[in-house]
Amino acid sequence: MTNWIRTTNNTKINLNDIPTLKIRELRAAIIEEKKRPIGFFGKDWGEGRVKLFCILADDKNSQLLVSSALFDANEKTYECITNEIPAFHIFEREFYENFGIKPLNHPWLKPVRKNQKEYPFFEMDGEEVHQVAVGPIHAGVIEPGHFRFMCHGETVYHLEIMLGYQNRGVEALMVKKPSNQLAESICGDSVIAYNSAYSQVMEALKDIHISDKAQLIRKLALEMERAAIHIGDLGAIAGDIAYLMGASVFGATRTLVINTMLEFSGSRFGRGLINVGGVNFDLDKETIKRAKQTLLKVEKDVVRMCETMLKNTSVMSRLEKTGTVSTERAQETGLVGMAAKASGLDLDSRFDFPDKWMQKLDIVRTPIQGSGDVNSRFKLRYKEIKESISMIKKFFLELENHQNEPILVDSNVPCAKDAFAISIVEGWRGEVVHVALTDWEGKLSEYKIKDPSFNNWYGLALAVRNNGISDFPLCNKSFNLSYAGNDL
Amino acid sequence: MFDTLKSRIYQGKQFIKDIPNAPMREQFRGFPIIKDTEGENWQNCAKACPTGALKLNPLSIDMGKCTFCGACQNACKNRGITFSNFYKLTASKRENLIITEDMSAEEFEKTAIEVKKEIISIFSKSLKLRQVSAAGCNGCEMELNACSNVNFDMGRFGIDFVASPRHADGIVITGPISKNMAFALEDCYKSVPNPKLVILCGACAISGGIFTNSTEIDREFLEKYPIDLYIPGCPVHPLTFINGILGYIRNKH
Repeated sequence: MTNWIRTTNNTKINLNDIPTLKIRELRAAIIEEKKRPIGFFGKDWGEGRVKLFCILADDKNSQLLVSSALFDANEKTYECITNEIPAFHIFEREFYENFGIKPLNHPWLKPVRKNQKEYPFFEMDGEEVHQVAVGPIHAGVIEPGHFRFMCHGETVYHLEIMLGYQNRGVEALMVKKPSNQLAESICGDSVIAYNSAYSQVMEALKDIHISDKAQLIRKLALEMERAAIHIGDLGAIAGDIAYLMGASVFGATRTLVINTMLEFSGSRFGRGLINVGGVNFDLDKETIKRAKQTLLKVEKDVVRMCETMLKNTSVMSRLEKTGTVSTERAQETGLVGMAAKASGLDLDSRFDFPDKWMQKLDIVRTPIQGSGDVNSRFKLRYKEIKESISMIKKFFLELENHQNEPILVDSNVPCAKDAFAISIVEGWRGEVVHVALTDWEGKLSEYKIKDPSFNNWYGLALAVRNNGISDFPLCNKSFNLSYAGNDL
Repeated sequence: MFDTLKSRIYQGKQFIKDIPNAPMREQFRGFPIIKDTEGENWQNCAKACPTGALKLNPLSIDMGKCTFCGACQNACKNRGITFSNFYKLTASKRENLIITEDMSAEEFEKTAIEVKKEIISIFSKSLKLRQVSAAGCNGCEMELNACSNVNFDMGRFGIDFVASPRHADGIVITGPISKNMAFALEDCYKSVPNPKLVILCGACAISGGIFTNSTEIDREFLEKYPIDLYIPGCPVHPLTFINGILGYIRNKH
């Protein structure tokens, strides 16, 4: 028997086809494969037993490797994987928190979203060493989280990030009563990414094939979301270095994009657009024409403002060499998406797990350059805005060939029994991974979500090391990670 | 520097002049209109509602629960429910958010916000708010941030978000209030000097919204303290927010 079953994005497999190993064997298999984890979660297997599922991404071959291990009721420990592959650190912490099975010798075994009162903070001693505690409620209008800086004078030695304030028990709710509306509300800045991932995983389980038209509308909405958030974040970065001109211009430009989304779907963030089985709204010729004109202006405004900023020495002196995460560190800790790309790691599930459109519409990956500082993350956003707009134009053009197709197909069919499906969608932060399992009746029995922030929060902690504490807001904005997506 | 000036000139004026009468795109899903049209399968419409906002006996939509997702509109084959683009949805009493059959937006607006003299005399010129995201998904938070951008420019009315509860005249709550945020929320409320307002922003804050059945939320805070304003939406549109507050502190519609 092989250790892994290979599958692909948005494909269902039978639960019984997933190999069940001993944890010792699974650990050895994971270490041998040396691939990136995108799922590592337990499921109650009855009689006190726990089944641990592990999903690794084989990005080069567009494949996903799935395996599992069964823990008997009396098996409460195993040798941790983190010491061999550090990217597992947060996954093992989560598994321990949810099931009490302890990864032995884990170097950083702290709560993820529960038990905040028992959080063991990293401590430092010495003259002029002090701690700065911030949050859960922050100074701006943002989500809650607790940050604790270990400082020597103005310099940050380490930042400890304690999250969990946003925990709403989303995964349990998803099993009880799955809906598109719930999927949209998990992480409200990635509505399209989350709702696409949910819809695709359900469509895989239900064996529904949506029309080309619906696929294109989803894809263009995803790129709209990416462009809108990136523009907003460029403005936020500008605001944090007190370049108010940038903050104002990007703010107004973002409004244009999200108001176009409002014309598409009745909501500025695209809520209500995507449904299992397709999309709820068609785009008529008039809407597309207006959207094209708006995007033309958006592109001009963004280019003009970005070029102005990048030529400005006082801007550049704040962006360059601030909050650096090296390529080695990014790879080691398993950063994904935008944060990884800015550090020179080219991880993008749109290209790693491509659908038919990428080839058909000749959308190709462009080389990235990144030294991992705020400047790299700024420039990456600028680059992605331009690329997203050019992709949207291609989708608009292609839509003309699919005018007479339905936007929604019937989704009122049961899910396959004993099935397992994975959906990866590249949101603007990075890969949003949804995994769904069904039981012998075809009901959802487990729903697992991984936001890119789950990997990347530790990247932020690394970025602020040896920076002035006053640069924290700038570093934080350049990542703009999700609290709600992490806490679920 | 010339580039900066050029960008500035190119942008021109971006602010919306008349906030209380700002136009809204027709696609926006705002105030719901219920008509008992012939042959409408109301059971189906109610089944489509993810939060139980649509009730059948009597026929009504609770905007405090409604996420304005439009699922009922799609399920109502005979156009029994339509969402208009009317965006002034704020009410000062919870029960005012319940929309019944044939109620028009004008009718709703007339009685939705109960104006109090003392509120106007204290807060009409300046209202500083502390926002607390209590497990909000970042949707309402982004829209509240947008209230202060160059388009909506809420600051011109003397309404601002401030960093400390000690500087604030009230708190704006978003999110269904998770167990893990319950303590911090109450702590923040207690730190705001009297007199103070409490404003609930979005379906999650008002009723728990889509998270009503979660075991991880704790909404005891709302039973303990008086609430001044309920601002519906999912997320709340900046125009809904700003006009709601203006209606309450300036009696401006």
